[in-house]
Amino acid sequence: MYNKGTIIPGLIFFVLFVTFPVWFQGLKAGDMPKPELPPGGEKQCVMPADYMRANHMQLLNEWRDNVLRDGNREILEINGKKYPKGLQMACMECHSRKEKFCDSCHTYAAVDPYCWDCHLTPNEVASKEATH
Amino acid sequence: MKYAYSFLAVLALVVFAWLGSKIPGMQYLFGVAIPYLAIMIFLGGFVYRVVYWAKSPVPFSIPTTCGQGKSLDFIKQDKLDCPTKTSEVVARMFLEIFAFRSLFRNTKSEIHEGPKITYESSKWLWLFALIFHYSFLVVVIRHMRLFLNPVPEWLQFLDFMDAGAVLQIGSPLFYASSAGLVLGVVLLFGRRLVNRQVRYISLLNDYFPLFLIFGIASTGMLMRYVLRDNIDIITIKELLVGLVTLSPVISAKIGSIFYIHVFLVSTLLVYFPFSKLMHMGGVFMSPTRNMANDSRAKRHINPWNDPTIKPHSYAGYEDEFREFMVDAGIPVEKELPPKADEEQG
Repeated sequence: MYNKGTIIPGLIFFVLFVTFPVWFQGLKAGDMPKPELPPGGEKQCVMPADYMRANHMQLLNEWRDNVLRDGNREILEINGKKYPKGLQMACMECHSRKEKFCDSCHTYAAVDPYCWDCHLTPNEVASKEATH
Repeated sequence: MKYAYSFLAVLALVVFAWLGSKIPGMQYLFGVAIPYLAIMIFLGGFVYRVVYWAKSPVPFSIPTTCGQGKSLDFIKQDKLDCPTKTSEVVARMFLEIFAFRSLFRNTKSEIHEGPKITYESSKWLWLFALIFHYSFLVVVIRHMRLFLNPVPEWLQFLDFMDAGAVLQIGSPLFYASSAGLVLGVVLLFGRRLVNRQVRYISLLNDYFPLFLIFGIASTGMLMRYVLRDNIDIITIKELLVGLVTLSPVISAKIGSIFYIHVFLVSTLLVYFPFSKLMHMGGVFMSPTRNMANDSRAKRHINPWNDPTIKPHSYAGYEDEFREFMVDAGIPVEKELPPKADEEQG
């Protein structure tokens, strides 16, 4: 083998680069997210839990388009319960603690949704009302 | 036909993974066993190929010189295109690897009426390759968010730059690099179809990786944006973090599109070391790029040389064959010594 001095360090660098996620976290998987169930004990949602887990972001995006772009504020009625299309008006009525519900999975998956650029969590609403 | 076969081959892989992952119990084969096997073949094969190349001697000093070589002091040397020092070689290699400088020089020649030949610069390959490779790099790096827990800050920043910072389309957010990767593959494929000369020399193993990478990009995008049934990122990340911490679990049902995507990636990893894709390692190993043009300053010794064969000068050659040369009437520098016994006799 020729040029060992450069090729062997190069190969070691390459293997370390490819196996980066293995050694970077030292074989520790870390904690799984535990999203908090609604504090009020609500069991029913607009869609089944499986669907919501995979598709909630698309549903919210659809609602956003319905309400803000098409002016369609039709109120959904599911099993006799009424849901106005809105993150704060529907979702956060039950899932009231963003920090313990939304954030737990979003942080785990490194997702940074821009919902909160405009929306406020119930906590933030309360603190704003208190200061004004 | 060559591209049709490649397409069918990738399609067969997709169908295989799709049907296979539906069989109960086979999820561990497609989600755990095959990826592990693939990454081991990839690493082992890559190292094997590089070591194999490193064992081949370079008999001659053969850097490609594309500019003025080092000469007299008042003649300006083209340091990047005709490097004589290691630092210049490193600069040349750096630009080759990060900016694809040799593709930038690509020209096309055409024969017009006359007949008259024209040459013109053709930068399409350079542009397409740049779009393709950089998008692919970003795609690979940002996938690390699915393997690392907690996700490092710089990775989140990269993700943000790729999605939220430039585009803010849909939910989940659309990645610019997804578009770049698909666009790059389509453009490189289109080049092989449209350019007659390139089409003539294109082989099955030129089309296959393009289709395979297109398959990977499109299944990835379908999974993220369209076919979201049972695509719960938490379950998927649990499996992927499990893979890199050597304790994989599949805790809930994951949609088939995920297994198809993973199977195509595994195929790419296995195919990689034994195909043209090894240009990733090969670019570093190319003697025409990584040697300095200093053969007049430093003697390049051929490693093949048999040490028992000594240098043979012309004087030594004449000494050996003088008699025969004189016999054949070939002029010699040193005449034959006068023959003493003839004079005596």
